[in-house]
Amino acid sequence: MKKSSTTVQEPPGAVVHRTTPPPVWQPRTDPAPLLPDREPYRVLGTEAAGDVDPELLRRLYAELVRGRRFNAQATALTKQGRLAVYPSSTGQEACEVAAALVLQERDWLFPSYRDTLAVVARGLDPVQALTLLRGDWHTGYDPREHRIAPLSTPLATQLPHAVGLAHAARLKGDDVVALAMVGDGGTSEGDFHEALNFAAVWQAPVVFLVQNNGFAISVPLAKQTAAPSLAHKAVGYGMPGRLVDGNDAPAMHAVLSEAVRRARSGGGPTLVEAVTYRLDAHTNADDATRYRGDGEVEAWRAHDPVRLLEHELTERGMLDRDGISKAADDADAMAARLRDRMNADPELDPMDLFAHVYAEQTSQLREQAALLRAELDASAEPADDAPGQGGTR
Amino acid sequence: MTTVAPRAAGSAKAAKPATMAQALRQAMRDAMAEDPTVHILGEDVGTLGGVFRVTDGLAAEFGDDRCTDTPLAEAGILGAAVGMAMYGLRPVVEMQFDAFAYPAFEQLASHVAKTRNRTRGALPLPITIRIPYGGGIGGVEHHSDSSEAYYMATPGLHVVTPATVEDAYGLLRASIASDDPVVFLEPKRLYWSKSQWSPGAPATVEPIGRAVVRRPGRSATLVTYGPSLTVCLEAAEAARAEGWDLEVVDLRSLVPFDDETVVASVRRTGRAVVVHESQGFGGPGGEIAARITERCFHHLEAPVLRVAGFDIPYPPPMLEQHHLPGVDRVLDAVARLQWEADS
Ligand SMILES: Cc1ncc(C[n+]2csc(CCOP(=O)(O)OP(=O)(O)O)c2C)c(N)n1
Repeated sequence: MKKSSTTVQEPPGAVVHRTTPPPVWQPRTDPAPLLPDREPYRVLGTEAAGDVDPELLRRLYAELVRGRRFNAQATALTKQGRLAVYPSSTGQEACEVAAALVLQERDWLFPSYRDTLAVVARGLDPVQALTLLRGDWHTGYDPREHRIAPLSTPLATQLPHAVGLAHAARLKGDDVVALAMVGDGGTSEGDFHEALNFAAVWQAPVVFLVQNNGFAISVPLAKQTAAPSLAHKAVGYGMPGRLVDGNDAPAMHAVLSEAVRRARSGGGPTLVEAVTYRLDAHTNADDATRYRGDGEVEAWRAHDPVRLLEHELTERGMLDRDGISKAADDADAMAARLRDRMNADPELDPMDLFAHVYAEQTSQLREQAALLRAELDASAEPADDAPGQGGTR
Repeated sequence: MTTVAPRAAGSAKAAKPATMAQALRQAMRDAMAEDPTVHILGEDVGTLGGVFRVTDGLAAEFGDDRCTDTPLAEAGILGAAVGMAMYGLRPVVEMQFDAFAYPAFEQLASHVAKTRNRTRGALPLPITIRIPYGGGIGGVEHHSDSSEAYYMATPGLHVVTPATVEDAYGLLRASIASDDPVVFLEPKRLYWSKSQWSPGAPATVEPIGRAVVRRPGRSATLVTYGPSLTVCLEAAEAARAEGWDLEVVDLRSLVPFDDETVVASVRRTGRAVVVHESQGFGGPGGEIAARITERCFHHLEAPVLRVAGFDIPYPPPMLEQHHLPGVDRVLDAVARLQWEADS
């Protein structure tokens, strides 16, 4: 058909076809400022190191050394049967410590099972922090008192909680920030996606910290995602993604501080990917030799967060042999205290099983509590049917 | 038991009978007006007022921050509600349909139900999860599930379901006031059922967990709840012609379960049929029948029977009338209660 160059007058009421769509949707954000840098942000070994507050460096170093020792002690406690399981964060101490230190007292931390160091660095009694892993109760502390959510065992499910809490705080007019921690494997979960999306839509004051330690149990990152980096995922939600060397404590502190500041000042959420490495196995129960070679582990040992900072401090004359051994002694003393306290059997009241299911026990639970009470009372009484005294059992 | 006087809704409206949907809305409206920590969130709950219009007008009255259209993500909605509750709010979450609440099941089972317990009572989660459930409205797949057995099987949750307009108001007020999470199942085919109760009228709010005898009778007890109550009341009327004087117990709350009311009734009548539309195998009726048998064995003249939906995925709408227990199926069961030991 021949194309007509004349404008045909549409009859009234007919649909006019447009070559550009009407403005229902418009790109709202220029993606460029949201994109992470190609290389993880580093401070140690760069010029930026000279600008870091020496006090902060000393504090970070002391916490890293204690954290390393804490991981070793907790792993030892699993061998003695004092902990049911321990997911060590050896190699990831810089992420753990920085996450705790960038928060104000009124802020909230949402940890996963691996983040006991962050919880302890935030000031929680280590024994309370280990309650879950010891197995005497599921949390071990009052989350509201310490503003630390329970260590989350299901992956990524704590992230929407952080968003909801931060959103609620903002509705109330409080300048509270929530920092939520998740592993690289956890970023594949639906809850990760939903939390990031909610946070960005609500502009909630949340910082998401992904500790990319290379593995989800045995599965390497390459089998987890095809994204250029985990930090890139932020862009799709409309929040900045930041890539940082997770073994560089001052870099971690700087990037997380910046994200917290943005959140507190109304700038919305940030996704921070910390590139780090899990030097120990997934937990004490895991055999890491099945999925990775010594060479890889040794290469990462050369990039150990404790040694990196130690090197920096030594170079700058802020730390000498005495300082190093003093830090180690302090950490040993902390570990000894922890060991002593963990070696005492916890006092458990079996009736607690029914105490906190509901605000008020249901009649069903009251009946079951009475059954257990009777069983406990019977087992406390001296046996009157000892073997040989009759009775046909 | 407390009687609350809800804020007067427009006086012209106050005289008219109310629907269950209106009663639910009034319950949320009154709760929101009384308590600034009550927040509603869900898909389409704001401008649209929910696909069943249960939240109609609440965003206009209380603002978007109190009645919030969320992104389309059920785990996100319920997960955010957990965090909001941690910070002292009382979220009321709307799940759009029964089968679309499943993505949130992880949050429900792993966190909502367990957080009070895992924190030894330090962190209660006062969240109400409203879920329209059940069939009978000609919905296509995924719009008619009766999912109560899943929730009943999750300790830490309360599970309630109103069958009358008055209870819709009273139970929802009690649920929002509860310091524990409540799965509030709304029988969607009763949304438009009416009653003389009107949104301005005083209403009774009892603590959740009490069953009620809807119709006294002597020859057998029908134990039911939610959408099946009307079926049972109709069956009881029809059974009169056969000489059966049926008692009808409306459970209202599946968790906690009111053993006392149910047991007292069955001991009086000596016979029981449990009626619900969710599946029979692994359904609530098995639990209820077992409880009755354990407690009433010597009073029973016949085995406890169940009339339930078939053990099938919810059927297509043009076949649902064959699946849903109707009056005839209930009456057949009642006839079988003339049980003789050697038959
Ligand atoms: C929802 C869920 N699925 C599976 C598991 C079992 N699991 C525990 S840890 C883990 C790997 C997690 O890897 P990642 O998120 O990278 O964290 P990391 O352990 O490395 O800190 C898996 C699969 C779980 N805890 N939760």
